[in-house]
Amino acid sequence: MAETIRALGDIADLVRSKNAGPFWMTLDVFFPDAAAYRQVETSGVLTATRIGELYRVDPATVQLFHLPSINVIKASFPRPTVQGSFSDTDIHAGQHHIPLAQLPVPVHGDGHRSS
Amino acid sequence: MEPEHVTDILPNPTTHDQPDAPSGSVAVIFPTGMLGGGFPAETVTRGIVLGADAIAVDGGSTDSGPHYLGTGTAKTAASAVERDLRVLLTEARAAGIPLIVTSCGTSGTDSGVDWIADMVTHIARQHHLSFRLARIYSELRADVLVSALDAGRIHPLPPLGPLDAETLRSCSHIVGVLGQEPIAAALDAGADVVLTGRATDTASVAALALRRGLPAGPTWHAAKTVECGAQCTTDPRSGAVLVRIDADGFTVEPLGEGAACTPTTVAAHMIYENVDPYRMREPAGTLDTSHATYTALDPRRVRVEGSRFEVAAQYTVKLEGAALVGHETATLVGIRDPHILRHLDTWVPRLRDIVAERAQALLELEPDDYELDVRCYGADAILGRLEPDTTPPREVGVLFRVRAADQATANAIAKIANPYLLHLPLPDMTHMPSFAFAMSPAEIERGPVYEFVLNHAVDVADPRDLLRTVYTEVNHG
Repeated sequence: MAETIRALGDIADLVRSKNAGPFWMTLDVFFPDAAAYRQVETSGVLTATRIGELYRVDPATVQLFHLPSINVIKASFPRPTVQGSFSDTDIHAGQHHIPLAQLPVPVHGDGHRSS
Repeated sequence: MEPEHVTDILPNPTTHDQPDAPSGSVAVIFPTGMLGGGFPAETVTRGIVLGADAIAVDGGSTDSGPHYLGTGTAKTAASAVERDLRVLLTEARAAGIPLIVTSCGTSGTDSGVDWIADMVTHIARQHHLSFRLARIYSELRADVLVSALDAGRIHPLPPLGPLDAETLRSCSHIVGVLGQEPIAAALDAGADVVLTGRATDTASVAALALRRGLPAGPTWHAAKTVECGAQCTTDPRSGAVLVRIDADGFTVEPLGEGAACTPTTVAAHMIYENVDPYRMREPAGTLDTSHATYTALDPRRVRVEGSRFEVAAQYTVKLEGAALVGHETATLVGIRDPHILRHLDTWVPRLRDIVAERAQALLELEPDDYELDVRCYGADAILGRLEPDTTPPREVGVLFRVRAADQATANAIAKIANPYLLHLPLPDMTHMPSFAFAMSPAEIERGPVYEFVLNHAVDVADPRDLLRTVYTEVNHG
């Protein structure tokens, strides 16, 4: 079956970022169904190493969580700039989902459903 | 506190030796994610009709940054907070159930508790209410914590490292994040209204259920589920929610018309702004939701079972502290000229260099004497070097900020920068451009600025250590 590339944000219902206290940032990816969730899981692109590269943080500090019961993948890591410090550009870390949402994911078939 | 018609009762009244015997269930109304956020009053009334045993609400957060703890002032508008309090206090008193307000005044400083206590007293006078008021203060002096530090009782929480006494002393305010135990003690002492300093988001809901002997796993999970009000429902703006905790689990339902709790909305709330979706630390231990099951009882109510609580070997109180780090002045200028916009990576460093050179020449300030920050909103102000899109923007707002030890210095540097923010050309330009200031005067004095410097926990022998509880009889009815 042909392989195509789709942005993670196009496969997911929602990609969001948020503070988790002043010293941490967390990213949540909500998938529409189990098939979409599995498609990204099996692609193998959503790793601590890749998130470390996207956000320029040490991959060893990235915690990844897989929640198949609600079709969610979550990642958390210490904020490179503490919330509200002089160089902080996003107090609630609410606009930092974009690099993750643009992550290219190789998918098979039509990219919407797999069986 | 307003002194009239109140009697301080000191010292602490006797507390019960044993919690009350387990009763069937405890139902708590949680009206909004933050006191002052608003909610339809009828959603609280509906919760009382359904048999609520308490109303709980949180008034605080670190989410809006260090300014509020740094200054000990509230983020919320006084009139909005008073409106919410008026509904909650009159409903709670009419029903004869406790009202618990945690993290008063955004940061939970002593001034925040007093701010809410003044409002409560004012409302009581207007509505002729009488009740026993407990104020639990958790603001801490640096000296007390330096002693704990010297005794090896303060530990860093990731990602911060070990603490030093100088950092503690640099804080303008330090608060301890209290758990449910001091709230339960105040309820034991007959308090009808409990106002606390900084507390965990969950403490207000958990206190009554644990005091009645209900199990910790379901109780803490229930509290976490409703701590943002209707955010665990299909309509986050629908108002209050009701959570009923029993021996085997809990049931959560919205109190607003048209809203619903579904297994997905309830489970999904556990991941919101949490580092770990399964584990949440409280002073006495850790909630573990990894074995929880979420079941729809009907289209609008969800049943949750299987939550666990691991009791920690040591009771700890998390510390939050903000330190004064300087004074700021900001300027906002707009650029629309496409030639400049194609070469912002040249223009911005050139601006910084010229301002540094002028500050040295005119003010005898070295680069170490101040900090400059220049961001181009419309280009890459938010994501900076993480920004994947390098297309030249159509226009940008250049936010120029100076931070210095004192306001006069920050103002002086911003004023020196003003003509360059207005006119700085690129090296290849033969004319002097003029950019678009947003306001007159262009400079915005930001005043003193603060940073969060603590993410540490202190070991305490008793949950009520480091806290002060004051009881008052409010008598207007």
